[in-house]
Amino acid sequence: MSFIRKPNIAYKGQRTNALGLSMRDYEGGMSTLCAGCGHDSITSALVQAFFELDIEPHRVAKLSGIGCSSKTPAYFLSTAHGINTVHGRMPAVATGANAAARDLYYIGVSGDGDSLSIGLGQFAHAMRRNLHMLYLIENNGVYGLTKGQFSASADLGTKAKKGEVNEQPPIDPVKAALAFGGSFVARAFSGDKDQLLPLLKAGLKHKGFAMIDVLSPCVTFNDHEDSTKSYAHTRQFYHPAVHTDFIPPAEAITINYAEGDVVTVELHDGSKLVLCKVQPSYDPHDRAAALSYLEKSEAKGEIVTGLLYIDENRSTMHAVNNSAVKPLREIPYEDLNPGAAKLVELQSRYR
Amino acid sequence: MSDETQSRVNDFVIKLANVNGTGSASANSLLMKSIFRMGIPVMGKNYFPSNIQGLPTWYEVRVTRDGHTARSGNVDLMVAINAQTYTQDLAEVSAGGYLLYDSTWQRSRELKRDDVTVIGVPLAGLCNEKFQGARARILMKNVCYVGVLAALLDIDLDVIRTLLEETFASKVELVKSNLEAIELGYDYAREHFDCPLPFHVEPMDKTAGHVMIDGNTAAALGCVYAGATVGAWYPITPSTSLMDAFKVFCHRFRVDPDTGENNFCIIQAEDELAAIGMVMGAGWNGARAFTPTSGPGISLMNEFIGFGYFAEIPAVLFDVQRVGPSTGMPTRTQQCDLMSCAYASHGDTRHVLLFPADPAECFESAVTAFDLAERLQTPVFVMSDLDIGMNDWMVPELTWDDGYQPDRGKVLNKEELEQAETFYRYLDVDGDGICYRSYPGVHPKGAYFLRGSGHNDKGQYTEDAGEYRDLVDRLRRKWNTAKELVPGPVISGSSNRLGVISMGSCDGAVREAIAQFERKGVSLDYMRLRAFPFSETVRRFIDDHEQLYVVEQNRDAQLRTLLINELEPDVAKLVSMLHYSGLPINCRFIIEAIEASLDKGVAA
Ligand SMILES: Cc1ncc(C[n+]2csc(CCOP(=O)(O)OP(=O)(O)O)c2C)c(N)n1
Ligand code: SF4
Ligand SMILES: [Mg+2]
Repeated sequence: MSFIRKPNIAYKGQRTNALGLSMRDYEGGMSTLCAGCGHDSITSALVQAFFELDIEPHRVAKLSGIGCSSKTPAYFLSTAHGINTVHGRMPAVATGANAAARDLYYIGVSGDGDSLSIGLGQFAHAMRRNLHMLYLIENNGVYGLTKGQFSASADLGTKAKKGEVNEQPPIDPVKAALAFGGSFVARAFSGDKDQLLPLLKAGLKHKGFAMIDVLSPCVTFNDHEDSTKSYAHTRQFYHPAVHTDFIPPAEAITINYAEGDVVTVELHDGSKLVLCKVQPSYDPHDRAAALSYLEKSEAKGEIVTGLLYIDENRSTMHAVNNSAVKPLREIPYEDLNPGAAKLVELQSRYR
Repeated sequence: MSDETQSRVNDFVIKLANVNGTGSASANSLLMKSIFRMGIPVMGKNYFPSNIQGLPTWYEVRVTRDGHTARSGNVDLMVAINAQTYTQDLAEVSAGGYLLYDSTWQRSRELKRDDVTVIGVPLAGLCNEKFQGARARILMKNVCYVGVLAALLDIDLDVIRTLLEETFASKVELVKSNLEAIELGYDYAREHFDCPLPFHVEPMDKTAGHVMIDGNTAAALGCVYAGATVGAWYPITPSTSLMDAFKVFCHRFRVDPDTGENNFCIIQAEDELAAIGMVMGAGWNGARAFTPTSGPGISLMNEFIGFGYFAEIPAVLFDVQRVGPSTGMPTRTQQCDLMSCAYASHGDTRHVLLFPADPAECFESAVTAFDLAERLQTPVFVMSDLDIGMNDWMVPELTWDDGYQPDRGKVLNKEELEQAETFYRYLDVDGDGICYRSYPGVHPKGAYFLRGSGHNDKGQYTEDAGEYRDLVDRLRRKWNTAKELVPGPVISGSSNRLGVISMGSCDGAVREAIAQFERKGVSLDYMRLRAFPFSETVRRFIDDHEQLYVVEQNRDAQLRTLLINELEPDVAKLVSMLHYSGLPINCRFIIEAIEASLDKGVAA
């Protein structure tokens, strides 16, 4: 995490967004991750996504657990609050923060160890509650920060740097998310920004729990030959099932898509997702079909990516709880306290 | 009436031995409430099993004209309804006492005591004749013994009738059948026995201005009045009823009249790790948030408690203590989590604890806890226990000062952040160890990155030796500030020689024991601790005394250990009096323990 601040130098021709902010305003501290680490590419895509969505940086709350991946919130949006919680428990903190104030953008960044090993329970329950947040798993198949042990997402037969072979089946966060009630389930690759960027935007605008499993190679401990989470392996077996275009509310759809392969999804704020299916029969609203497609592709060794499932209308935690739209801390104390007279009245039942 | 008899009016103990799940709880509370309504102070304790149906359960009612709040240690009248525990129940009756049993069935001949008067009433027989259906017969058998007791003890039938009418309100049929059962027992007893017994009740006027309330309900009310908005929890006895009550009160008082929205959010978490994590998230985001739990939950919450301490996040935890270790005895009481809460989590940590002594103080402690948590920006524990939390106690009516304003602590708002040249989250501007914080989303200048890893006063990550030491030394400074912010001890007496130190639910039994010693000419001073850390006053009290009895309800003298660890007093003068059976401490235990110690002192 960073104690090295980047100098904020304005340069000529710098692009600004609707808020008059430049990309630099969306950056964070200098990364202390290994050069070439997949996590850093995701960070740069995030910076761009927030910038292009014209989101005020301080209206974002960044959360993470523990791990190399969990350090990344320090590397974007330096004027947003961040909280680096404990290993595997970020979903609970996000739930409480969200309960207290539902008017911020919540983004959680986790790792495969953080979400699928130690934190599998909280990850599952956050989806079950359909917590309103964007949740990224920067998935490298290992515990980077503790130096390369297999995580729960390590594939069968994959080899560790020191030669050990993984004999246990992986937990696929995408399949897990489909099973646990995730309302926005996607997979991407840190090496393909074109695909990742619209997914991040869509996830930020989705009302509910948007889970993106981002394959993000660990160059230090899991990028060798015989590793199934290396850049080379991922590139080779990478298989986009759905391509997503994100269209902000005010903009019209201008691209001409081939007839029949396109599904348009309108989000709650009016933005549109144009899902262009590589596989014509694929239906991103059909959970059972998504699961079966994943199983079949997996058998062929394909790594399926894209926005694989969306239910834009599932009730969120707040809808279920009928909780106030206003942040709870802003509700005047007078409205929270019933007052002395009510206390007297109430106690008649205890006499 | 002889003096002996007169001395027992409104001063005796009834114990009721029942089978769990047979509806005895409502009959027993009807009994207690009627005595309370007659203006006579009462104490009620429920000893229930960790079971839904079938295991033995007891209820103890102490009628106490002097208003004692603890058990006396005697049983004057045993209502032995449970055949399974009959032998044990008979053995427990004090000499000269009475035992009431269901004589529908013959009891074994060997079971006899010459010093106990046995009263047989064919409760089942009477009810089977009168009522239809198995369930009704079982329920009515309980109500029927309340009728018998009303005759034996001279309880006002009108009071019972009013209570039944209030309880069943619109269900006229139920009022009618319950009254029939009462009269069945009442008439039988009047016909067959000399009523009332030598000890019985006579109306008084000593319960005006009082209520019968349990600590969990009172604590939940405290959360409502303190302005708590987020509650996260995972069910565990004996804390569950706290969140149940909070929910009921919120639905009553916290639904916005204009929007219909809930001005609160209650989340039933997947476990205690998540519950405390949610509290941390909400506290970070500026809501007053809390979690009720018990020992096993505290064990699970440890990592986050340390996080809250180190990253400085306000949080309130209610630990309604039950018997440990491990699952222990979930439905029995103890004060066994003092150490595990005071120093919860790895690394150098210290946490603020509050020690309410009864439900009224649970109400107050809840409010104090939120103020302290936000003032000190740290987790604060309200150390209740099963006895306080789940039993109805007679306490002065709860009162509220409408002038109260919550202490939200040092928080910079939007305007202040706008004006500020710089904002550093962990800079000790005022020298009291407490820094300024900002809420997420308020202003870009307020942004900081909160972490449980090493950080400097600017909130930046560090592994620097000096910066780390500065941080933990400041937390120590904050701890010293806390010593004078927490509620101080309640001290009585000034003999300055012998004294008692105690806290929490021991208080009633201690005060009663001290009063009895006073009558015998032995003066004992008393310091009741209300919080951890200990203030200077606590140190002085210990310094000023030659011998101090530390009364607490656990095996390992945890309170004494805390005193020794924090204050480094002369350890020889702190003598432990430990009660840890799982039943609430009683006055007799304390008297006997202190007497033994005094005798030893004389002999030496
Ligand atoms: C309770 C606890 N146990 C163990 C650790 C040690 N630990 C730190 S990070 C980590 C694994 C992180 O793996 P992952 O989430 O995949 O992140 P990556 O470093 O691979 O990005 C472990 C085991 C810890 N911080 N806390
Ligand atoms: S160890 Fe792996 S995951 Fe961690 S920073 Fe280095 S490359 Fe990234
Ligand atoms: Mg990993």
